Amino acid sequence: MLTGLLLAAGSAGRGLIDLDLTSLPLVGEMLAEHPTIAWPLLMLAIGCGVVIGYITVFSLLAVYAERKISAFMQSRLGPMEVGPYGLLQTAADGLKLLAKEDIIPRDADKLLYIIGPIFVFTGVWLSFVVLPYGPDLIVADLNVGLLFLAAVASIEVVGVLMAGWASNNKWALFGTMRMITQLVSYEIPIGLSFVAVVAISGSLSMQEITLDQQGWFWNWYLFRNPFLFVGFFLYFIASLAETKRAPFDLPEAESELVAGFHTEYTGMRFSLFFLAEYAAMYVVSATAAVLFLGGWCTGFAFIDSWMMESAGFQRVLANVVGLTSITIKAWFLVAVMMWLRWTLPRIRLDQVMYVCLKVLLPFSFGVLVFSTLWELVTDGTLFGDWWPLFQFLISIGGFGLLMMNFMAKERPYDIEADFRPLRHSEVHAAPDAGARG
Amino acid sequence: MESYAPLALFAVLLIVMPTSMIVLSRLLGPRRETEVKGDPYECGVPTWMGARNRFSVHFYLVAILFILFDLETVFLIPWAIVYKSIGAVALVEMGFFLAVLGLALVYVWRRRGLEWE
Repeated sequence: MLTGLLLAAGSAGRGLIDLDLTSLPLVGEMLAEHPTIAWPLLMLAIGCGVVIGYITVFSLLAVYAERKISAFMQSRLGPMEVGPYGLLQTAADGLKLLAKEDIIPRDADKLLYIIGPIFVFTGVWLSFVVLPYGPDLIVADLNVGLLFLAAVASIEVVGVLMAGWASNNKWALFGTMRMITQLVSYEIPIGLSFVAVVAISGSLSMQEITLDQQGWFWNWYLFRNPFLFVGFFLYFIASLAETKRAPFDLPEAESELVAGFHTEYTGMRFSLFFLAEYAAMYVVSATAAVLFLGGWCTGFAFIDSWMMESAGFQRVLANVVGLTSITIKAWFLVAVMMWLRWTLPRIRLDQVMYVCLKVLLPFSFGVLVFSTLWELVTDGTLFGDWWPLFQFLISIGGFGLLMMNFMAKERPYDIEADFRPLRHSEVHAAPDAGARG
Repeated sequence: MESYAPLALFAVLLIVMPTSMIVLSRLLGPRRETEVKGDPYECGVPTWMGARNRFSVHFYLVAILFILFDLETVFLIPWAIVYKSIGAVALVEMGFFLAVLGLALVYVWRRRGLEWE
């Protein structure tokens, strides 16, 4: 039974590499002696190594990109000293953090303080298990993939609560309370967007959701019907809050709360939170890509059909094409997140709750109901094979009309109303002024 | 069940990795503990009052609302998976469920439970 389990595990790593490993000295002997155990183990190890390497490289590049983008948006140069164009700046920072003193505050709850960052890190990085990168490139194609994503996202909440509470610091506590409120509230619109997609795909497996969107780009769920088109934007806004990116970055508002829940963390423990934050950006972007933008499908019917039919070396090539496709889509969304961060001002906590409970929640309810109704009425093929194209045009056209209507209105912008500070009486109306968070 | 084996391995790797990073940093980093370093950070001023304060009851309300709506999402997922094969009947039945929840949302809204004051 163990052998069967390992064989099956190895099949997940199959297609990752097509080299003749039996010719290697030590590994080759092991493979020859215990082929049933050594092969799957090797493939599995390579697979996990590749995925972890991929996330690490992504995080390093994303930190660099964030600095450069923010610098260019503010007419600065950004990192320029370490390496060409400051490319090695992030690596240098990593080394610096590794060599920093690891401080545990005297009155901190030691156990929770230590395992908090590990919970956050592991919770976020576990999501990569179910993200597909190509026809064969997935660590574990769970049949409950999407549910798994939602489940491990809540491990992060627990980790944050541990870290913030254990720190025994006022800033950390305020940051934690804000963060927990925000994370749990925004999980609801995200969950409802998931349900809207699952109602159309009929499966929770990330690989099956991707395969359902094969063919031309108008087969993507983004254009599947006008309501899912809105659903994508709802998901994206909610995921900004889920990853505590601006304008929802209240939990770590550095001008008010020092650094939020990780105020007391130094060195490597701090960098675990940092790595988790950037990995989370990739996770939500790649999830948006899989659910709405066709995942590793390219959007061109002839390339997609070649990817599925290819074998041997071509299969490896197809996987590379898929990896490139999803990486481009995810990076595009990550770039939009960075662009938003350096464009929008931070909003207040009551505005955060308003956006979630009174805007996103009713809208995602509406998306779910009307999108399933639309599927039932049109049955997916109202005008024969070209129906997806019609739906694409309807979605784009509807959005265009909405935008034109929106822009045609002369709307005097009252910055006082949107971003006014709280009045003195409002501050004291709060039940506990110290816990406004 | 087979597809969970790589998940288990990945999870173990993801626990070993941050732990080893922290151990490495403890080995590499300096260790000079002083009295002041162990204090909670408070923008440079001496610590004032404890950190384990009470906080607004509103956070609990948000948590309760979250449990309600999140459970409902979990209920919706099995329905969503079989929706395509059942069709209109499923939509009507789920319509009732959603209507009740919608009413609950309207009730909370009207009772100003969603306000953050």
